[in-house]
Amino acid sequence: MIQNSFSKGLKDGIPIALGYLSVSFTFGITAVLQGLPVWFALAISMTNVTSAGQFAGIGLMTAGASFLEMALTQLTINLRYALMSLSLTQKFAPSVKRLDRLWIAFMDTDEIFAVASGQKGKVGKKYMLGLAILPYLGWSLGTLLGAAAGSILPEIVRNALGIAIYGMFLAIIIPVARETKPVMAVVIAAVAMSCAFYWIPFLSSVSSGFVIIICAVIAAGLGALIFPIGDDDNTGDRGEHGKAELPENTEQLEVEADV
Amino acid sequence: MFENSSPMIYMFLQLAVMAIVTYLIRMLPMTLFTKTISNRFLRSFLFYVPYAVLGAMTFPSIIFSTGNVVSGIVGAVVGVILAFCKKSLLTVAMCACAAVLITDLLMMFM
Repeated sequence: MIQNSFSKGLKDGIPIALGYLSVSFTFGITAVLQGLPVWFALAISMTNVTSAGQFAGIGLMTAGASFLEMALTQLTINLRYALMSLSLTQKFAPSVKRLDRLWIAFMDTDEIFAVASGQKGKVGKKYMLGLAILPYLGWSLGTLLGAAAGSILPEIVRNALGIAIYGMFLAIIIPVARETKPVMAVVIAAVAMSCAFYWIPFLSSVSSGFVIIICAVIAAGLGALIFPIGDDDNTGDRGEHGKAELPENTEQLEVEADV
Repeated sequence: MFENSSPMIYMFLQLAVMAIVTYLIRMLPMTLFTKTISNRFLRSFLFYVPYAVLGAMTFPSIIFSTGNVVSGIVGAVVGVILAFCKKSLLTVAMCACAAVLITDLLMMFM
């Protein structure tokens, strides 16, 4: 089964775009408060399309950091995208060639990745295009609005918007974790490690970009060892052959775990 | 190297560094790797990666995302409950924001 409907992609992109509006709005405000011009904030969003990396990037720029420091920071914060891109290669229909991947990769954000991974079977390039367009516009427009008008908002409202991106993350992981116990176990392990890195004195000296990678690799690695996914399941998620819905897949995963 | 050049050129070069590094991280694995992975461990690993990444990114950062730990915790609890009830991405994000705003307002008057 191949999901390759442009309009389905557009529709799936709407909630992401709206979520991005609020997050990039916050980015626009922050950029301008740090002294960057409105158009420059917009240029960053239109060329990077990444939340955590952009926030860290403007901090470095305005502090006059070196280019090496910038490159290494972006590398550690964004290395998770390499894992996601690798994961997506297993999700693409055969019709998605290298040339298509050049532009799909540009839009491989946490949310687009998560929604694409959540489709049954494989995904095609028309679906990916539909899925990417509105979030890109939302990310750009939100930045522009935040940079142009955000500083007139009271601080209390700006603070409240800071949680928006994490709300989106919760909405992506929790519904799947609720249905699929191994995913729940992996998420809990990753969260526990991430908290340990934050609060345990020696560990807290590790930079946040590395922490994410370390936690993700260990938690996903343990998950793969303890709960390997089925052999006949090519996509590694919700059933290539259209038979296995998510709850069934859960049982399958649990049976596998007992072996 | 160019760090001492004019501020505008410095900013543009930094923008280029950010954009190019970020793009290469996303693009190289996706284009160099075009085959289906048959190794079961690796396929399982890649299946779990997104959830592990997002989990580690969200906690404990969500608590400190609002400039006030109390409202951060309230927002996180509201977000977790709504996500558990399978509410949409936008509903969860906006209700978490609203919960934070209400908490901060209440704290201002207490």
